[in-house]
Amino acid sequence: MSSVLYDLPGPRARLRNRILGVVSIAAIGALVAFIIYKFNETGQFEARKWEQFQYASVQRELLTGLWATLKAAGLATVLALLFGAVFASARLSDRWILRTPATFVVELFRAIPLLILIFFGYYVPLQYGWSIDKLWALVIGLTLYNGSVLAEIFRAGINAVPYGQTEGAYAIGLRKNQVLRLILLPQAFRSMLPAIVSQLVVLLKDTALGFIITYPELLFVGKQIGGRLPFGLPYVPTYLIVAAIYISICGLLSILAWWLQKRMGRMPKTAGRVVPTQEVDAGRTAV
Amino acid sequence: MGEFFRVLTDNQQVFLDGFVNTIKLFLIAAVGSLVLGTLLGAMRVSPVPALRAFGATYVNLIRNTPLTLVFAFLVFAVPKLDVNIDYFPSACIALTVYTSAFVCEVVRSGVNTVATGQAEAARALGMTFGQVLTLIVLPQALRAMVPPMMSVFIAMLKNTTIAAGFSVLEAGAIPAYMAERGEPQMVVLSWIVIGFLILIIPLVLLQRFLERKWAVAR
Repeated sequence: MSSVLYDLPGPRARLRNRILGVVSIAAIGALVAFIIYKFNETGQFEARKWEQFQYASVQRELLTGLWATLKAAGLATVLALLFGAVFASARLSDRWILRTPATFVVELFRAIPLLILIFFGYYVPLQYGWSIDKLWALVIGLTLYNGSVLAEIFRAGINAVPYGQTEGAYAIGLRKNQVLRLILLPQAFRSMLPAIVSQLVVLLKDTALGFIITYPELLFVGKQIGGRLPFGLPYVPTYLIVAAIYISICGLLSILAWWLQKRMGRMPKTAGRVVPTQEVDAGRTAV
Repeated sequence: MGEFFRVLTDNQQVFLDGFVNTIKLFLIAAVGSLVLGTLLGAMRVSPVPALRAFGATYVNLIRNTPLTLVFAFLVFAVPKLDVNIDYFPSACIALTVYTSAFVCEVVRSGVNTVATGQAEAARALGMTFGQVLTLIVLPQALRAMVPPMMSVFIAMLKNTTIAAGFSVLEAGAIPAYMAERGEPQMVVLSWIVIGFLILIIPLVLLQRFLERKWAVAR
């Protein structure tokens, strides 16, 4: 297949590509072999380092951590969607008194590092001796940040609906609220869905920041399991397992986002362009 | 109000050291991820299937891993492999490894925005690969790449705070230090926010300017 960079390969290019292919497979193979050698040399494949994952109590520990992660992610998702909806509608309002503060809030929270937002919910109550659950410190931070990003996605989605739709709706006598609710939202929803799902992947990954404020989520549990001396400090096996859990959950959601994007792009009922997930991927923390 | 400024003037050195380290971390990781990310991006658009597969695997694995986990792996697990890296270099490596995946995607999609016809026409004129790349593809692709690339780096600047959880004294580590001194956290955190806004706002404005300036080009 000819691409921007390369023409259809002729006999010489095919030979060269094949040689390059063999060389790169050898290089990748050497890299993998080196990693396996290093693992073996430092005893990462020893049975005792993996043994505790057979114990029901350790498996339960991992599941409890996963549950804590999912709980924080679930709460933050619901709250962030609400936050996003409220602030997006304020930013789309005709009244400057609503629009200006909403714009300020959304832009501000997108510019502050998420960890600092979480610290607001963690250190400030701590200092005044108010008892706040670490879960809520994490959820508040996640909500403010991701809610602001979602507000921008919602706004971009609504703005992407062609203006003729709004004009037509007003012309047949619908009220402002009806135009938004009956005409714009149903069409915009399709174009924003992939971007929303991608943002939720980001949110899920960001729950790992709970580790830093010692909220007992998956990564925190991983550190505890990895730090057990009788099992030879199995940090490497534990983190590999934790990574596999994160990658499979986030990967499935990413695939869903990608599939939605393909599907929505094809559907005739999707008005306007699909809000790109790429922009979102990068713009936000990409965290 | 006096209290607000007192916190800054009393702890000048802490704030200064913190933000200097943040900027150092940012610059090192930015250069590192630009190099590694471009390399991976080149792999993903190369005509060699093995390299494409390697690039895709790297991007998909890293993008679905939390950055905090990458940090934790480098700080807690890698020493168990008899590789000892100090905290600051570990943080640089973690940020580089993670951000490269996003840089790679920007490079790849930037190259793909150039219409195939452009390069076909250039090849029909008898240009060599080097000429097609430097005269036709890159000038157009770079325009498409710069705004998203800046978003990636803005995100990375914010991500440097995560290093605070792994014994690196940067801006994100200031609150923990101040908590020991009993300074009012609301004020401390507000100053950190102001510091980050000073770093980020120019980048965001530049990005929006470039985006608007180059949007019409195609």
